[in-house]
Amino acid sequence: MAYHIDLENFKGPLDLLLHLIKQHEMDIYDIPIAEITAQYLAALDTMKSLNLEIAGEFLVMASTLLHIKSRLLLPSREAADNDEEEVDPREELVHRLLEYQKYKEAAQSLERLPLLGRDVFVRQIADEAMAGNDDGELQPVPLFELVEALRRLLQEPPPPPVHEVARERLSVAERARQVLELLSRRPQLPFLDVVGLGCDRELLIVTFLAVLELAKLGLVRILQGQHHAAIWLHAVEQRPAAAAIPVDEAFGYC
Amino acid sequence: MKLLDTAELKTLIEALLFAAPGPVRAGQLAAALHPDLPPARVSAVVELLAEEYRQTRRGFVLQELAEGYQLRTRPEHAEYIRRLHHSRPVRLSRAALETLAIIAYRQPVTRADVDYLRGVDSGAVMKTLLDRHLVRMVGRKDLPGRPVLYGTGPEFLEFFGLRSLAELPSLPEFNELPPDLLEAVESLSTAAGEAFADQDGKSQG
Repeated sequence: MAYHIDLENFKGPLDLLLHLIKQHEMDIYDIPIAEITAQYLAALDTMKSLNLEIAGEFLVMASTLLHIKSRLLLPSREAADNDEEEVDPREELVHRLLEYQKYKEAAQSLERLPLLGRDVFVRQIADEAMAGNDDGELQPVPLFELVEALRRLLQEPPPPPVHEVARERLSVAERARQVLELLSRRPQLPFLDVVGLGCDRELLIVTFLAVLELAKLGLVRILQGQHHAAIWLHAVEQRPAAAAIPVDEAFGYC
Repeated sequence: MKLLDTAELKTLIEALLFAAPGPVRAGQLAAALHPDLPPARVSAVVELLAEEYRQTRRGFVLQELAEGYQLRTRPEHAEYIRRLHHSRPVRLSRAALETLAIIAYRQPVTRADVDYLRGVDSGAVMKTLLDRHLVRMVGRKDLPGRPVLYGTGPEFLEFFGLRSLAELPSLPEFNELPPDLLEAVESLSTAAGEAFADQDGKSQG
């Protein structure tokens, strides 16, 4: 039979067991151990055949299942020797499964609550506004802060890999024109939004270079409210600005 | 300075909540408004404001949280706000939610308790939760090795929009369990937690 093992979905051996019990409509209070053990081992085999590394916890559970199965098969020594009440070897497993299921459901109900930053939002008050030492004047950004901002952007984990087919040729001049285009609509833009716009590293670096070139050409100014505050790109009134951008060769980026 | 009337208090409290960087307690509001203003009066006016917002269906609600009052947007508006912020929603993985649920409902608990209940190692998830201040260390258990006990703090309540842990959704119970088995399971549940310290021995033994 076909197994649909969705890796993302199994958070551990208990989760897998619960899934198998539900899938095969077993009674959780009276688990057919031989059957569940077979299903569980088959699931592990499937994972193995998919070349997945099987976490140690899954193997521990496999041995627990086999152990329970063997205890059920063998006559209990204690039960034969004395009349102490015999404990079902499955009991601890049932208990753990029930407990796990309980918290799994609790996790789902937690997720349904209105979460701050996902469902509900509060006003964002910038620290500078509260500190009251901001005179509103903008000042030039020191080079090191600009480089630091780039470093921070580069440190952000790259977005999940996308399988590329064609390679796009990125041009600094082209990107510079796009940045100017953005600035023609709004007089100022946050540096991080322009440079870090959810893009890949190559585009990020090309954009960073484009912004530097624009600043060098005097077409944009890079300013911030105070040291370590957000960096802004300001358009410099000069039209038609785009005409002033040379081709890539003139920048020396080829 | 004479005591403020209700209408005045309403606009002032609205202003303070609007400009507040986080939840504000009635006492803090009262102290900012007038030295003789009793916090209970502030609470009463806050209630009036909250009711007014509800009745006029504003874009925000005045919510009471563990740490005080806060203006928050409505959940049904989330998508628009995220679009404005260009932000991806805050996410918690299923593993993180499970771990958080165990800690929230059973606190104080040790890492070993959490690992036992989940059946997997929770180290990485715990670190994420600690980093995000959703979980914190609350003490040490009187056991060999003095394991750290974890619990939730005010940030947890703020994140989930709760006034107290009593507002957590109620846990599903073992109510479908036959009574004789239920008894056995309950006696086992205490033993199991302790036995977990000896996890390796258990799986082999």
